[in-house]
Amino acid sequence: TKTREGFVAQVENLFSKFSTIDDELYEELEEILIQADVGVHTTMKLVDNLRDKAKEEKIKEPKELTKLFQDQLTEILTKGTKEEDDDQPTILMVVGVNGAGKTTTIGKIAQRTKEAGMEVLLGAGDTFRAAAIDQLKVWSSRVGVDIIAHQEGSDAAAVAYDAVQAAKSREVDLLIVDTAGRLHTQSNLMEELKKVKRVIKREADNMAVEVLLVLDATTGQNAISQAKLFNDAVDVDGIALTKLDGTAKGGVVVAIKEELGIPIKLIGVGESAEDLQDFEPESFIEALFEGGFEEE
Amino acid sequence: MIFEGLADKLQNAFDKLKGKGKLSEKDVKTALREVKLALLEADVNFKVVKKFVKKIEERAVGHEVLDSLTPAQQVIKVVNEELTDLMGGSQSKIAFASNPPTVIMMAGLQGAGKTTTVGKLAKLLKKQGKNPLLVAGDIYRPAAIKQLQVLGERVDQPVFSMGDKQDPVDIAKAAISNAESNGHDVVIIDTAGRLHIDEELMDELKNVKKAVKPHEILLVVDSMTGQDAVNVAQSFDEALGIDGVVLTKLDGDARGGAALSISSVTGKAIKFGGFGEKLDDLKPFHPDRMASRILGMGDVLTLIEKA
Ligand SMILES: Nc1nc2c(ncn2[C@@H]2O[C@H](COP(=O)(O)OP(=O)(O)OP(=O)(O)O)[C@@H](O)[C@H]2O)c(=O)[nH]1
Ligand SMILES: Nc1nc2c(ncn2[C@@H]2O[C@H](COP(=O)(O)OP(=O)(O)OP(=O)(O)O)[C@@H](O)[C@H]2O)c(=O)[nH]1
Ligand SMILES: [Mg+2]
Ligand SMILES: [Mg+2]
Repeated sequence: TKTREGFVAQVENLFSKFSTIDDELYEELEEILIQADVGVHTTMKLVDNLRDKAKEEKIKEPKELTKLFQDQLTEILTKGTKEEDDDQPTILMVVGVNGAGKTTTIGKIAQRTKEAGMEVLLGAGDTFRAAAIDQLKVWSSRVGVDIIAHQEGSDAAAVAYDAVQAAKSREVDLLIVDTAGRLHTQSNLMEELKKVKRVIKREADNMAVEVLLVLDATTGQNAISQAKLFNDAVDVDGIALTKLDGTAKGGVVVAIKEELGIPIKLIGVGESAEDLQDFEPESFIEALFEGGFEEE
Repeated sequence: MIFEGLADKLQNAFDKLKGKGKLSEKDVKTALREVKLALLEADVNFKVVKKFVKKIEERAVGHEVLDSLTPAQQVIKVVNEELTDLMGGSQSKIAFASNPPTVIMMAGLQGAGKTTTVGKLAKLLKKQGKNPLLVAGDIYRPAAIKQLQVLGERVDQPVFSMGDKQDPVDIAKAAISNAESNGHDVVIIDTAGRLHIDEELMDELKNVKKAVKPHEILLVVDSMTGQDAVNVAQSFDEALGIDGVVLTKLDGDARGGAALSISSVTGKAIKFGGFGEKLDDLKPFHPDRMASRILGMGDVLTLIEKA
C-alpha cells in the first residue's frame, strides 16, 4: 500500500544517512521518538528491543533495520485488538479531560454512523460547562439526529438514564453519551463519572456499553496518567486521538498501548463533521517520523 | 501540583551528588543525565533540554565547581541559575493603557481554555475595580458565543456579540467603540481556537491585531502540552508578537515542562495560571519563583500568590 511505502521511505531515509549500525543511529532514532511524544521510558524500551533484535538476527545494514522497527511498532499498536460486532446496538460513553475534543468527536461519530444508515441518538451528559448542552444541540441539528437533554446544572446520571430509556424504546443502533470534561485527578468528578457508567450499565439491557476516551494529540506524557486513571474509573475500551491535523504527533499513545493495552480506534483531523478517520497504525507510524530527520 | 514530579526527580539526582565528598567529572555527568531524563519526562522540549544540559555541563565540569569545597551545592547552584535564566524575569502584570480602554486579546489552540480565561480574567479585573467588556470573537465553534454569554452573566459584566455571521475584525472594531461609549476601561476579546499552521485563521488574528491594536495579546496554553508546545508558541509569537502566556489546567498532575519550553523559545513571561474551571481559578504567576520551585527549594505557596 501507499502508506507502507511511505513509511519505509521515511525510515529508510533516516537510516540511509548511516553506513553502519552504530550508537549514533540509535541515538537519532531515540531523539525522533522523544520529539514525537513517545516518552523517554517507552522510547528507551523500543530502541533497546531493536538493538537486541538486530544483534540476534545479525542485521548489519541500517536499511534492514527499517522493517524490523516498523514491525515492532505495528505489533505494539495492533496487538490484542479484536474484531467488533457492529450489529449489536451500542451505548458509547465518551470521557476525557477538559477541551480534549469529546463533544466534537461525538458529532463526528454521529455523522458517520448516520451516513452508514444507522439510527443515532445523543445524550447531553455534560450538564456542567457553560453552554455545553447548546454545543451538542448544534451538532445534533447539524448532523440531523435527536438529542436527549436536561437543564444545565442537572444530574448527569439522570440524563444518562433518560437517554438510555429513549434509546431502548426507539431501538436506535447507537446512543452516544457526552460527559463533562474533568481532570483525571479530581476524585469527586471521577466518582460522578463512575455513577453515570453504573446507571448506563444497569439500564442497558441488550445494548452493549462501551467507553471511549478522547485524548488530545498535543498532550505530552500526562496522557499516560489520564489513560490510567480514566481506565481505573470506568474501564476504557478505546481511544480517540484528536487534533492530529496539527503538528503534534500524539506518540504518547504508543506508550499507552504498550503499558495499558488500550487500543486506539479513531483519529480526529479537523473541526468538521467529516474529519474523523479510523486509526491506521501504519500511517500513524509514518507520521511519527515525518520531519524527524531534518538537518539542524 | 505542577512541577511536583519534576522536583522529586531532580532532588533524587542531587541527593546522590550530595552524598559524595569530592566530585569527579563522571559524577557530574551521571547526575546531569538524570536531570536530562527528568526534564524530558516532564515534557520539556527535547531541543530545549539539550541546550540547557549542555550549558550546565560546560559550567559544572569546570574548576569553579569541581575544585570547590561543596561541589554538589555548586552544581545545584548552577542548575538553579540556568533554570532562572530560562524562565525569564520576574512576574509581569497586564500593561494597562494610559488612554483606556485597555484591549486584551486571547489566542491559542483549540480547547486550550481561552473562553474560560476571558471569564476568569474579567472577574479578576473587576475585583481590581475595572469594568471589562467581554467580546465574542469566536464565530466558528458551535455555541462559543453562548458559552461566553453564560460566563459574562456569571461575572455580571456585559458581553459584546454580533452573532456568528460577521467578520471577527469588524466585531473587534465595533466592540472598541461600544466600550468607549459605555465607559468600559478594559476590553477582553475571545477568539476561536486555531492551529498555528492554519494560515487563513492566523491571518484573521493578524487582522484583528492590526484593526484594534491590543495592548496585551495573551497566548493561552494547556499545561499538559507535550513536545509541540515550542512550535505552537513560536508560531503564535511570530505571527502576533504575544505579550504573555496563560498556562491553564494546572489543577491536574501535569509536570508542566511546556512552561519551560515556551519561556525558553519566546522569552515571554507566563503571566497567569488557570487552576480550575471556576471563575475564581485564575492566579497571577511568578516565573522567577518557578526555578526554585522546580528544584524543590522554594516555598510551594509563594509560587502562586493567593489572589
Ligand atoms: N483542529 C482540530 N480541532 C479539534 C479536533 N477535535 C476537536 N477540536 C476542537 O477542539 C475544541 C474543543 O473541542 P470540544 O469537542 O468542545 O472538547 P470537549 O472535550 O468536549 O471539551 P469540554 O467539554 O469543555 O471538556 C473545539 O474548538 C473543537 O472544534 C480535531 O480533530 N482537530
Ligand atoms: N480543570 C481545568 N479546566 C479548565 C481550565 N481552564 C479551562 N478549562 C476547561 O477546559 C475546557 C476548554 O475551555 P474553553 O475555555 O472552552 O477553551 P477554548 O480555548 O475557548 O476552546 P475553543 O474555543 O474550542 O478553542 C472547558 O471544559 C473548560 O472548563 C483550568 O484551568 N482547569
Ligand atoms: Mg464537551
Ligand atoms: Mg473558546
